[in-house]
Amino acid sequence: MARKTNMQTLLKNLRIIDPELGLDLISDILIDDGVITKIAPEIGLNDWNVDIHDYSGCVAAPGFIDIHVHLREPGREDEETVETGCAGAAAGGFTAVACMPNTDPAIDSAEIVESIISKAAKTPVDVFPVAAATMGRKGESLSPVGELKEAGAVAFSDDGVAIKTASILRKVMEYASMYDLPVIEHCEDESLAGGSMNEGLNSTRFGLTAVPPIAEELTVARDIMMAEYTGAKVHIAHISTAKAVQLVREGKAKGIKVTAEVTPHHFILSDDCLADYDTNFKMNPPLRTAEDVTAMIEGLKDGTIDCIASDHAPHSIEEKEMEFEYAPNGILGLETTLSLSLHHLYHTGVLSLIQVIEKLSVNPRKLLNIPVPAIKEGEKANLTIFNPDTERTVKVSRFKSKSKNSPFNGYVLKGSPVAIFNKGKLITSE
Amino acid sequence: MNIKAKILDQEALQRVVTRMAHEIVEKNKGTDNLIIMGLRTRGEYLATRLKNKIFEIEKVEVPLGILDVTLYRDDFRTRLKQPQVSVSNITFDITEKNIVLVDDVLYTGRTIRSALCAIMDFGRPATIKLCCLVDRGHRQLPIKADIIGKNIPTSINEEVRVKLVEHDGEDAVYLVEADK
Amino acid sequence: MQLKIKHLLGLENVSSSDIQTILDTAVSFKQVLERPIKKVPTLQGKTIVNLFYENSTRTRISFELAEKRLSADSVNFSVSGSSVSKGETFKDTVRNIEAMKVDMIVVRHASAGVPLYLTKITDSVVINAGDGIHEHPTQALLDMYSIREKLGKLEGLKVCIVGDIAHSRVALSNIFGLKAMGADVSVCGPATLIPRNISDLGVKVIHNIDDAIQENDVLNILRIQLERKAKASFPSTREYHKFYGITKERLEKNKKDVLLLHPGPINRGVEISSEMADGEHQIILEQVTNGVAVRMAILYLLGTRHGEEN
Repeated sequence: MARKTNMQTLLKNLRIIDPELGLDLISDILIDDGVITKIAPEIGLNDWNVDIHDYSGCVAAPGFIDIHVHLREPGREDEETVETGCAGAAAGGFTAVACMPNTDPAIDSAEIVESIISKAAKTPVDVFPVAAATMGRKGESLSPVGELKEAGAVAFSDDGVAIKTASILRKVMEYASMYDLPVIEHCEDESLAGGSMNEGLNSTRFGLTAVPPIAEELTVARDIMMAEYTGAKVHIAHISTAKAVQLVREGKAKGIKVTAEVTPHHFILSDDCLADYDTNFKMNPPLRTAEDVTAMIEGLKDGTIDCIASDHAPHSIEEKEMEFEYAPNGILGLETTLSLSLHHLYHTGVLSLIQVIEKLSVNPRKLLNIPVPAIKEGEKANLTIFNPDTERTVKVSRFKSKSKNSPFNGYVLKGSPVAIFNKGKLITSE
Repeated sequence: MNIKAKILDQEALQRVVTRMAHEIVEKNKGTDNLIIMGLRTRGEYLATRLKNKIFEIEKVEVPLGILDVTLYRDDFRTRLKQPQVSVSNITFDITEKNIVLVDDVLYTGRTIRSALCAIMDFGRPATIKLCCLVDRGHRQLPIKADIIGKNIPTSINEEVRVKLVEHDGEDAVYLVEADK
Repeated sequence: MQLKIKHLLGLENVSSSDIQTILDTAVSFKQVLERPIKKVPTLQGKTIVNLFYENSTRTRISFELAEKRLSADSVNFSVSGSSVSKGETFKDTVRNIEAMKVDMIVVRHASAGVPLYLTKITDSVVINAGDGIHEHPTQALLDMYSIREKLGKLEGLKVCIVGDIAHSRVALSNIFGLKAMGADVSVCGPATLIPRNISDLGVKVIHNIDDAIQENDVLNILRIQLERKAKASFPSTREYHKFYGITKERLEKNKKDVLLLHPGPINRGVEISSEMADGEHQIILEQVTNGVAVRMAILYLLGTRHGEEN
């Protein structure tokens, strides 16, 4: 529920965790016209014009960002729009998202970047478009990198596919590195691609066409070496195999500017889930083996994997209700990522609460050169408020997203988003 | 098995079989074109005994067939357990033959109805007669036995159990209380 | 002896006792097929739909004959192309058929998982007649019946499946079924046509056809299927025939009498020579006859099954 901006907002009894400022304390936050005016315990006010919320037991962190989201606008507004996607992001505890360019048309012109940003301005969430690296994402010619950056793009990618050839990849990296912008790569060798699930014992048992893990690893290796050669920043999207994580680990050790993100489904689910041919478990990269899942958790723990991003991919019901091989890849993520991360990483002891916050807020913002909000007097309030201990049962039917393709319906998770504060407004998750 | 009475003991049962064999030959006016066909399970053993008895009497080997009627039953939907299918054993042509169908107990008549349908799918016999060791009454279809070993009137909550040495280790016919 | 399974979707999770029951029951039905009147009234009043989304004349005819010989009402619904090209979704097609009150659906489809999906959206008994490169349980059952009929047993027999294992639903079902019945199963073919992890299913991998012949009692020879993604995986049919084709010379060279099976249709001169296809080692036509008997047994056992949970 939004309140008028000329009102003051008082958020009480929050555990404020700001990793960059080294903060971890229980306090109240007073916000006036969108700016933090006071951080102190037990703020008492006699002013009746204050919107007061008691958030005992909750944590306030610098606003979370999901840097891998498909908003489907322009082109598939039946599946999701900037507006509904941002509503989902807000409900999921995110104050910002980075949206991917595989729209129709692709985000390969300044006008499209501007249109998305202006639509997003009306929502409580900040949207940072990732522009196409090549025109139409075809992998043949460079997109207007400079213009796109000026219009507001924060990175470049042909996501959906890897950048087609080494020669174009080199050019994109050389160009983007002038602006210190990362190239985000969907790592998948085109000639090995096309299967519906991970290649392994399960793909033989289930009789489904399959993609071998080496399809991802070959491209990861190519991109890391090219990043080294050009001095560019490369970010590996939705990493999923153990070997790929190892390649990133080795690249970082050599000082190469490589970062990586992982989706919650890749650090939780394995390809055993496909026994029922449920298309809500079909995505690209596919669910891998239990050993790969363990490697993702190790990668998060030792810092090889910098951040968590959902690869939120809405699809219409008719499209997902098809024969497994024909159903499109992808599942929703915005409204489950925070809870899944707390349940499977914090409550299992893999990561501390601060580390979870780093993976969902600090690190992804930094790698896209987006300012990390500081929870400090005088700063604009950009907060994610969550309760790490309350349980919620995921109910997909109540999601704000236009689509419903999530495998997590009915899951009971410990850790829930409570609210966000951004652009002067408090938005409560239901 | 809650036995109420032993209707036939070993000697009595064997005498009945002898008399039935004579009746079969009498009604057929000899052994020409005669075929003895036993219904699984105990009808098969009775049929074999009858065939052997006829050989003793007439010195003729009458062809013996075994019929499995499971696939012709009419009670698939209502039975508690799915019946096990077995094979029939009829290695000769039955067209224009005089078949004597042999079963142990004649009750509702439905098994014999199934047997008639099954036989018709093997060919077109000249005649079919029914020979059963025990007729316990309570027919539900218009079926009648031509040669009867013993008539045993029963009530609905009684059953007739035939025991044969080849299958059960003894020769006897018991009247028992039906299982609930 | 009632089956534990309610549908026949594949052989992966079918117990050896259920397989035994099906094979034993098929013996009775084979006898029916040898009589002048090849018909029994057992499934009278039952309606069975053959929902074939993939071209297949012989399997469909085999099922149709089985259904008619059990006196069931048999209806064919052939669709070319997936629901994607049709406009009507697969779910809608099936729902429409169900609204016509059918009892059993025999389904063949190019996509794995479709028979399982059918069991979730209809109340009918579902029999898988082949789903993509997943399973083809009735073929494996008739193969096992044929082997058992000829050699008297399955347990301890050495059976090798030869050909494009990676894209063969016949291979996978045979592996599951034969292993359940205690046979020693191996596969033979070029490395590009054998899945990397097939040995995790308890199967030995052989690349040399002479070894396969020497070490095994039975060879189940698969058709090299050019329409199923195998095209780029081996150089040519000529090369395949040279190194994997079953010919008289090959058997003589190995001094071995092996039983030869083939699911059909045969590519004469490719995976098997014409001479061997008509020779004394093969039981290909018996497989076809047995196919009708085995399918009758399956339809009977599933069609007259009493569902406790229904």
